[in-house]
Amino acid sequence: MTAPIETTGAEAGAQPEAVLSGVKKSQIEGRSLTQIAWMRFKRDKVAMAGGVVVILLTLLAVFSKPIQWIFNLDPNKFNQDLIDPALLAPKGGWGGMSWDHPLGVDPQYGRDMLARIIDGSWVSLLVAGGATLLSVCIGTVLGVVAGYYGGWVDSIISKLMDTFLAFPLLLFAISISASVQDGFFGLDGLSLRICVLIFVIGFFSWPYIGRIVRAQTMTLRKREFIEAATSLGARGPYVLFRELLPNLVAPILVYSTLIIPTNILFEAALSFLGVGIAPPQASWGGMLSNAVDLYTADPQYMFVPGLAIFITVLAFNLLGDGLRDALDPRSK
Amino acid sequence: MKTRRVTAGVASVLALSLGAAACGGGGDDNDGGGSGKKDAALNSIVNASSKKGGTVSYEHSDVPDSLDPGNTYYGWVQNFSRLYGRTLTTFKPAAGKDGLTVVPDLAESLGKSSPDAKTWTYKLRAGVKFQDGKPVTSKDVKYAVERSNFAPEALSNGPTYFKSYLEGGDKYKGPYKDKSADGIKSIETPDDRTIVFKLKQPFADFDYLATFSQTAPVPQAKDDGAKYVQHIVSSGPYQFQSYEEGRGATLVRNPQWDPKTDPNRKALPDKVTIKFKVNQVTIDNDLLSDKITGDAAGTGVAPQTQPKVLAGKNAGQTDSSYAGATQYIALNLKVAPFDNIHCRKAVQWGLDKQSVLDAMGGTPKGDVATTLLPPSVNGYTKFDTYATEGNKGNAAKAKAELKECGKPNGFKTILTARSDRPAEVAQATAVQASLKKIGINVEIKQFPAGKYFSNFAGVPSYVHANKLGMLSMAWGADWPTGYGFLDQVVNGAAIKPSGGNNLMELDDPKINKALTDAIANTDDAARTKAWGEIDKMVLDNASVVPVVYRKNLLLRPKSATNVTVTQAYLGMYDYLLMGSSK
Repeated sequence: MTAPIETTGAEAGAQPEAVLSGVKKSQIEGRSLTQIAWMRFKRDKVAMAGGVVVILLTLLAVFSKPIQWIFNLDPNKFNQDLIDPALLAPKGGWGGMSWDHPLGVDPQYGRDMLARIIDGSWVSLLVAGGATLLSVCIGTVLGVVAGYYGGWVDSIISKLMDTFLAFPLLLFAISISASVQDGFFGLDGLSLRICVLIFVIGFFSWPYIGRIVRAQTMTLRKREFIEAATSLGARGPYVLFRELLPNLVAPILVYSTLIIPTNILFEAALSFLGVGIAPPQASWGGMLSNAVDLYTADPQYMFVPGLAIFITVLAFNLLGDGLRDALDPRSK
Repeated sequence: MKTRRVTAGVASVLALSLGAAACGGGGDDNDGGGSGKKDAALNSIVNASSKKGGTVSYEHSDVPDSLDPGNTYYGWVQNFSRLYGRTLTTFKPAAGKDGLTVVPDLAESLGKSSPDAKTWTYKLRAGVKFQDGKPVTSKDVKYAVERSNFAPEALSNGPTYFKSYLEGGDKYKGPYKDKSADGIKSIETPDDRTIVFKLKQPFADFDYLATFSQTAPVPQAKDDGAKYVQHIVSSGPYQFQSYEEGRGATLVRNPQWDPKTDPNRKALPDKVTIKFKVNQVTIDNDLLSDKITGDAAGTGVAPQTQPKVLAGKNAGQTDSSYAGATQYIALNLKVAPFDNIHCRKAVQWGLDKQSVLDAMGGTPKGDVATTLLPPSVNGYTKFDTYATEGNKGNAAKAKAELKECGKPNGFKTILTARSDRPAEVAQATAVQASLKKIGINVEIKQFPAGKYFSNFAGVPSYVHANKLGMLSMAWGADWPTGYGFLDQVVNGAAIKPSGGNNLMELDDPKINKALTDAIANTDDAARTKAWGEIDKMVLDNASVVPVVYRKNLLLRPKSATNVTVTQAYLGMYDYLLMGSSK
């Protein structure tokens, strides 16, 4: 992916007016890489739909508390009169669906599922998003450095990646989660749990993106534009961050959208091991892992958070695929 | 590669959801209910039969710690090993409360105690033989106790009560290290049929200790430590035909066993098989389809099976038995504000126990607890110091206690739970919601069960440093008496720097003394009465909040005969009685 010579709008506008009569100005305007990608992306209806869903989900997550307040939803209110404790299921069919509880209630406590899905959205998306950001940042920086300098720098960083990949992540997650106590960095309770999750998931998955970036950098550094920059006297950091990084944006962006769903599922796995979010805070992963034991009695309990995760994962995947096609059509 | 992983994730989430939705509608078409009514095996023997023959087959979702009677702590192995090991005494194979009675087995009669309850003498029955035809002697019993209690280097699984109570028990190094002919001096074998135990302190529950599988005789010549499990020498009605580590075992009749020497065992089936590492849901289905006779673990069906059997036609084949364990919350006396009795009482009054029970699975899984001792323990006395209507808590009384404690608006504290025990997490979640109503804000912290006592809740310094005020706890007795239950959890001596079970750090001289006095009392009735009184003292101290008496939801297949729940072995079925019509 070379950087084409950009034809700026100013240059286009300098053309004689007469030649362009009858042709709309914008049609012959030079387009930037971003514009081209955006046009391709707009044409991809599926990817657009994914993008819209992602935006809606983000809005839902950001405004989950006000939404609960407006609709008077309480995710932690018990309604045990609505459940049959012995059968581990809500009374009535469809997981206790009613006008008061449109998605039903959960089987042990009778808490409103709609409220819990809404309340869980911000936790799940924050953990997944934060962990992705962390792993992408670390992975990109180390990957670019390893790929560009090669030699002993590369072997050290590559060995580090191998070490991290070989690390027993779940054991580490459990021990961190048990050893980190209130007051750590001035955090406590839920915020601490969320930070620990972001750290554990993000810090241990950076090698995946690190390797992609490293490989991409190795192919790019032999290209003419890099040689040109270095022959003009550009030094390491300039080449890394001004020449190489802009050309790596596409794979990084695509990878990020694809890793977010993995991280949502990871949060679910950690909740299952009890090192995730502590009760009573709802999280999609936590709800799903609770539901595993009870699905024969109350399938809806698994279906609802499962559907939420499914929609999110699908939306991010479609968005990611669309972005890849738009940014780097040759990789199709 | 990454993409594929994600796609796989999507697929599995979708598959799970859809699969779940598909499964939910299916009922079961068994025409069950043939073998008795629901809970019939709690107080009677279901499908009573005296017909010999057939094969009893068990399955277990895990492996035993060991089938070696001298190397096990598991309740179900204690129950099961009676098929091939005769102990000095055992629990009567009978229905209901009778099952808690200790009866002589290898011994002619119960132990004869000295007046100070420090010397216990047993006389062995004449004519009892090992499977190789050699007679069982008191030396074999002595050797069995030595190897099981004093040789942790080879046999580390079992409890070590004999070591704690025998005179000089702390000095003797075990039969593998101490090769002297005498062995431990405090067990005497004056002749081949007499065995005398000399204890360092009065201990009136000794007949219960003698029920442990550790008193099943082991011939020294055949013992090779941890490997003995491969070729256990039977003294009971069955002997091992095959044993595969981690896979299972097959037991067949022991021709040397003489029914005339054994009033307890009917030994009806010809063969007993057991298979390990079978998925719990598979076991439940095998029970429902009458493929096997019993679930050896005896802890009840998987949560997935519970609604299926209770809502379906198989409800008549279930028994909700007391598991001999109480689920409670320990309020740590050294963590503020629980150093103040009024704050402790606020929790006692404020807790909605019914809500907790409902969250844990309702009546099939337990009853609301008001005492520390569960109903299936000798010495249980029914009382309720903090009685509230419908066990739903009393906010007014709780608030009054809070005011007296100097925290009229409530306080913040931490409640621990074991992350891999869903019922305990459910309990914690319900406790949290219930206490919030009276202003007590509870934060739940979860720890892995494997390290719960050794690194977290059982370590006072950790508890204090992290201000863990409320600790989830479940306790079952090693032997079903008040002492077996209480001594490890409310005696001040049970507070340890790590791995202790007295999570309240309750060290009340009056309670300690009451325990010591009662266990020295050889009057059974007075001793049994004392346990209930000690239980009341603990509740008056308010540091123990009993929540639920745990129950197992057991399932008995139609082909199982002579099925009855034994309270002595944690509420599982009695495996001495169990037979099969197949």
